[in-house]
Amino acid sequence: MRIVVIGATSGIAEQCCRLWAVEGADFVLMARDTAKAEKIAADLEVRGARSATLARAEFADPSAIKAFADATVAAGPVDIVLIAHGWMPLEQHKLDLATAEQVLQVNAVSPVLFAEAFAGPFVQAGRGTIAIIGSVAGDVTRRTNYLYGASKALLTRYAQGLDHRLVGTGVKVVLIKPGPTDTAMTTHMKQAGQRLATAEDVARATVDAIRRGTPVVYAPRLWQLIMLIVRHLPRPILNRLPI
Amino acid sequence: MRPVSSWGRLGAEPHDVVELTDRSTVARVLAGRSGIAYGLGRSYGDACLNPGGVLWHTAALDRFIAFDPATGRLVCESGVVLRDIQRLMIPRGWSLPVVPGTQFVTVGGAIANDVHGKNHHVVGTFGEHVRRLRLVRASGETIDCGPDQNAELFAATVGGLGLSGLISEAELQLRPTRGPWLEAETVAFSGLADFFALSDESEAAWEHTVSWIDCTSGSVVRGLFMRARPSPDRAGRPWRERSRRIPLTPPISMVNRLSLKPFNAVYYGLGRRRTGVQVVHYEPFLFPLDSLLDWNRLYGPKGFFQYQSVVPRAAAMDATRDMLDAIAASGEGSILAVLKTFGDRKPAGLLSFPREGVTLALDFRNNRAATTLFSRLDEIVRAAGGRLYPAKDARMPRALYEATYANLGAFTAHRDPGMSSGLSRRLMGS
Repeated sequence: MRIVVIGATSGIAEQCCRLWAVEGADFVLMARDTAKAEKIAADLEVRGARSATLARAEFADPSAIKAFADATVAAGPVDIVLIAHGWMPLEQHKLDLATAEQVLQVNAVSPVLFAEAFAGPFVQAGRGTIAIIGSVAGDVTRRTNYLYGASKALLTRYAQGLDHRLVGTGVKVVLIKPGPTDTAMTTHMKQAGQRLATAEDVARATVDAIRRGTPVVYAPRLWQLIMLIVRHLPRPILNRLPI
Repeated sequence: MRPVSSWGRLGAEPHDVVELTDRSTVARVLAGRSGIAYGLGRSYGDACLNPGGVLWHTAALDRFIAFDPATGRLVCESGVVLRDIQRLMIPRGWSLPVVPGTQFVTVGGAIANDVHGKNHHVVGTFGEHVRRLRLVRASGETIDCGPDQNAELFAATVGGLGLSGLISEAELQLRPTRGPWLEAETVAFSGLADFFALSDESEAAWEHTVSWIDCTSGSVVRGLFMRARPSPDRAGRPWRERSRRIPLTPPISMVNRLSLKPFNAVYYGLGRRRTGVQVVHYEPFLFPLDSLLDWNRLYGPKGFFQYQSVVPRAAAMDATRDMLDAIAASGEGSILAVLKTFGDRKPAGLLSFPREGVTLALDFRNNRAATTLFSRLDEIVRAAGGRLYPAKDARMPRALYEATYANLGAFTAHRDPGMSSGLSRRLMGS
């Protein structure tokens, strides 16, 4: 099993990789923080990965992303690409425009470019799974993280369209929508005493969804029900909720 | 600040919790602050707590660094959980030599408390198998130490309760194993003489020995002697992990004067029916309580104490008899009371708990009767030349600690002044 992970230092991605490592997977890891990614690669090899190599970090440049996808698929068949990078600054209603653009770039544009870049070669090969980490924030978003939420909403719609495009090609799309999860991104929530899902549990749901090819998965599953209700709340009520 | 408890749940004081997530930044995070490392919080008392101060959470330092399948040397971060090592390595033919009664313990915690297992008479304590560790001092200084390198600091760190610095990574020597199966035998016994005879007879041929005792039965103690050894050729029935969780904390302790006798009688009765030889998986044999998650809630909102002592073998018969009589007379106690012999080995750490002799461990719900009983037990332990296990302790008087840990003076020279816990302030004054 050959697996490409974009944003390999993300807490959820790392836990997914640990589950795949035990099965002897080969990994190509891309991350901005190469020192941390090297530690993760060594860890995965002890856990049973056949190999774990680091790719040069290219998250923004479309031609570099395309070159990376083409070269990786040319080097050998890829079973899964897990697109997991993200960035959630606090108090997004106070960001300047340049930072706001960065939030949209990192959470929406960049993941879509990676998915697009792998979709072509995957269709040609007639196989592969494109897995994208979305968020429940993409269903309904809040005053403090709506730029992040809007980006994840774009991924939700994008994944649905990509799934439509790939019908009959043998290529699968899986969108995972985690609720608040205990990772580096949510340290502030944990300090505030909020209950968070563990990255291990979300990873187990993710790996399972990828194995089955489930198009959309909430993790933990309770969030599917919660978001169903929240999505249907009338605006006057939603806007008064202390969320 | 958020409330943090240890396993005994005696309180939930606010702590400034700082998560360590990357071993290369630990020195920077620690520099200039004062606190104590916290792994999975499985010590029972205040060894892992620092009320009102900083706790450095190590659970996210859970990466493996290197493994050599030819020699069995494993290098990993200090937050790696023993269960993860066992589940990964046993299928590859390697095992941790020492595991305590729960697998939910980090490598750092296992070193800092120099934990022991049911095979102490064969392999000693966890610290004896550590080849090297990396210590980060609160000053931000990083020091590697091991049996052959900064050996004194190493001896202070093994069993040093986190007070010589924060362990960020360790190199462990694993032991070859031929699989997960154990040949286990349960023998019912009555009376301490019987227990000692069984211990002496078993230690040569059986790697693991431990006894469950009915703590309500007094000095004519009835119990179940359990012994096990690797079963390389025979496999048992397929084992599947099935765990349950105590979902909430009952308003009063479920272990009390009404329940204690019937619980123990039922446990003994069930155990007696299982006597004889069986092939079992190592997990249910070595970690019987790990399948009951959050079992510490059973003692109710006030929490509980564990009292674990060791007394030298020469005095063990009388001391153990006196302790069991005192416990039975108090009417307090627990369902899981454990009696076990330790082997005669040179301790790995200056403050290591295990020594040649007999260890007795049991839980007590937090009430006044228990406090009175502890003073009586302290007297017996001290008179017998024994001592208590700090990892389990929340209440021993400082005088008892100072009188029974002879190397305390030598340890103090290696103490990191920036490391401070509830226990260190209680027993060492700072």
